[in-house]
Amino acid sequence: MKPFTYERATSPAEAAASAARHPEARFIAGGTNLLDLMKLQVETPAHLIDVNGLGLDTIAPAPGGGLRIGALVRNTDLAADARIRRDYAVLSRALLAGASGQLRNKATTAGNLLQRTRCPYFYDTAQPCNKRAPGSGCGAIRGYSRQLAVIGASTACIATYPGDMAVAMRVLDATVETVKPDGQQRRIPIADFHRLPGSTPHIETALERGELITAVTLPAPVGGGHVYRKVRDRASYAFALVSVAAIVNEDGTGRVALGGIAHKPWRVEAAEALLPRGANATAAVLLAGATPTADNAFKVPLAVRTLAAAIEQGKARA
Amino acid sequence: MDDEGQPQLTRRELLLSGAATVVATALPAAHAETRAPTRNAAAGTTMKVALTVNGTRHALDLDTRTTLLDTLREHLHLTGTKKGCDHGQCGACTVIVDGRRINACLTLAVMHEGAQVTTIEGLGTPQRQHPMQAAFVKHDGYQCGYCTPGQICSAVAVLDEIRAGIPSHVTEQLTAQPLLSADELRERMSGNICRCGAYSNIVEAISEVAAGSRA
Repeated sequence: MKPFTYERATSPAEAAASAARHPEARFIAGGTNLLDLMKLQVETPAHLIDVNGLGLDTIAPAPGGGLRIGALVRNTDLAADARIRRDYAVLSRALLAGASGQLRNKATTAGNLLQRTRCPYFYDTAQPCNKRAPGSGCGAIRGYSRQLAVIGASTACIATYPGDMAVAMRVLDATVETVKPDGQQRRIPIADFHRLPGSTPHIETALERGELITAVTLPAPVGGGHVYRKVRDRASYAFALVSVAAIVNEDGTGRVALGGIAHKPWRVEAAEALLPRGANATAAVLLAGATPTADNAFKVPLAVRTLAAAIEQGKARA
Repeated sequence: MDDEGQPQLTRRELLLSGAATVVATALPAAHAETRAPTRNAAAGTTMKVALTVNGTRHALDLDTRTTLLDTLREHLHLTGTKKGCDHGQCGACTVIVDGRRINACLTLAVMHEGAQVTTIEGLGTPQRQHPMQAAFVKHDGYQCGYCTPGQICSAVAVLDEIRAGIPSHVTEQLTAQPLLSADELRERMSGNICRCGAYSNIVEAISEVAAGSRA
């Protein structure tokens, strides 16, 4: 790791202001992704702002019947919360499908939203990567791309967003709450939080410099059968090749978002009207314009089949 | 090293003395750099941190980059906790901090001011083994033994997590109390890799402790 100075922030606004003051600062909460990247010198912050002392670790009722999840609620606690298990099971299931028990005990809600891609070219500092070193090119496009994006990618980047939690939050229409360095607060719909790579794959979210996530809110429960179906190379403790978060009603209507196939949780609301007609009809719109590589072309039929399984499972649970 | 009256060195002492030689060789250049008037970019920042490990409080002055794992092994000489991958993938560094199992390699010591840390040395000793340690011995839950301290710390915490009602990826009924089944134990232990493949014996060891604590 490169040397860094370290401070413990005492309030969200102060943490954001400190991040704005230090040009190469990073917030650290669980640290499970950031420290991994720092050891590899993919991330080289000169200053760390430890936000673990800020509170922000409770799950409270939100206006309108939803829940407000503090930014520092650990993945284990969020997945195990009785209200989440009962009313937002897709979120519980998504969290439990990710990482290991040890990592979920540390990883936070906000940190999980911000986790970086596991593209091997992003991790290997000897390789070109427009996300890690803007303008250096993309080693993945003509390289080893089996795990990488099949839709929404660009000529600059075919990395995927690796997480599970955010895919469930996307299907739940969550909102990300933040505070900026000037103390101003804002609310970002999860649909607009993660960005497609375009020509600037190093800009991954809507967050501005120094802006700190304080909470994620969920709207009132929507009922239905909740499913998080994840397909991966081993049965546990692996990133998704394809995952499906689904909330399906008895009549087959519902909502779905996919993980493992794009630079952000992939949801196309227009496709959801076709859910009662089944996975093929839905996928024709949901995956329209997919541009897989030879290595990851398998993900397209895999996504359709995983979607079919999730719809059936959802109906049975509705 | 002094050749005269060569004492019987343990393997660990021999490795440590070898490492010291390497460090000594590398020192002059690094030392010259630190004498430069401006702050050396390669030099770290140190901070004071106090934490309690296995019931003993330690006040330390550490480079901010020091992981909890390196603090335990290199500064407190508690070498029971192992460094496998150093990237949170293998679980060999699993310790219990404030009652929760975590990867000691993916957290900084300075993030644990005032924390209570339990390592394999704190769970039990050869004379007074923790039930999980005794069960691993009885069921031959290891071959080379390198992953074993992490496996045991993880296993102890897994049983606490099940008792606390925390569900897992294989829990059928999310709202019900999770079962103490082999499937549950395998899923919950997936963050601890054993390259010798002692998994079936590990599950047997944990199952026996789980059955004992239920009775």
